[in-house]
Amino acid sequence: MEIQLNGKTLHTQCKTLFQLKHNQNCSENTVIILNGFQISSDMPLHENDQLFFISKDHMPSEEYLEDMMAARHTPGVHSKLKQGKVAIAGLGGLGSAIAIMLARIGVGQLLLVDFDTVEPSNLNRQSYYLSHLGMKKVDAMKHQLANINPFIQVETVYTKVSSENVCPLFKEYDVICEAFDDPKAKAMLVNTALEKLTDIKIVASSGMAGYFSSNAIITTRKFSRLFLCGDMQNESKQGSGLMAPRVQICAGHQANMTLRLLLGITEA
Amino acid sequence: MIINGETVTLTTTCSLGQFVDKRKYRRDRIAVELNGQILSKDNYDSTTLRDDDIIEIVQFIGGG
Repeated sequence: MEIQLNGKTLHTQCKTLFQLKHNQNCSENTVIILNGFQISSDMPLHENDQLFFISKDHMPSEEYLEDMMAARHTPGVHSKLKQGKVAIAGLGGLGSAIAIMLARIGVGQLLLVDFDTVEPSNLNRQSYYLSHLGMKKVDAMKHQLANINPFIQVETVYTKVSSENVCPLFKEYDVICEAFDDPKAKAMLVNTALEKLTDIKIVASSGMAGYFSSNAIITTRKFSRLFLCGDMQNESKQGSGLMAPRVQICAGHQANMTLRLLLGITEA
Repeated sequence: MIINGETVTLTTTCSLGQFVDKRKYRRDRIAVELNGQILSKDNYDSTTLRDDDIIEIVQFIGGG
């Protein structure tokens, strides 16, 4: 039968996983991933199975690395995400976490837009290191993404988003993740992009400060092309700061809604 | 009309601009969808609310 092994077509007489593992001289220290799911017991092979044998002992060659990184993606999903174009507006607590998640799932083209540099008070919730202090956030994030997934395209623009540059910045993209801090900037981006870019979808955020219940943060489809994540009531203010857990929960909502939109699902 | 999923009855003619001001929305922090289309801020005051309108108003709060 014909299967895909580590991203390449293979003709085999083997009837089961373990026969093939033995046949390929794989060590005991091999992770087996069959059709996107890690397997530890033997089972029959079927025509067109997507199978990965990943050795934990050594770094795979570049030829195999991309396919191996994609091994945990559900078959059919990765190819759609690879075509996806997503812009992330703001690289603070939300945007830095969203960028890393979208890179991990293999969204093919990311645009990072931010006007700020990394400073010490960012580290309580934003995905940067001490070694990034003083760097532009767009550069610090591009560097991290290159170390997480080198097989995606990452564009960066070091600028403040305004009603004048929304169109040129975002017109080529499928989805904008709004990840600003300032509520006026959030409203400006949502209004301008929905008015001027007729196909774009926006996944925005509102309300994730403090340590209120995780379960208050939800995703809703507010407008035909606006999806909103947050608890809608807990703003950051004196006495109620932004903290890593709820900011990342909200970022997770935004990243998952973006993933769903790239797969053609418009239900929140 | 239906505003944010709630049926609202107005006794006098009212523009969208007057409505959001009366409800204490902050114009620089909101976005409004009228019958499935984003409504430009420039048109808030010239848009008269009608009985069969479906309106969604989002007011953003800070943090990110």
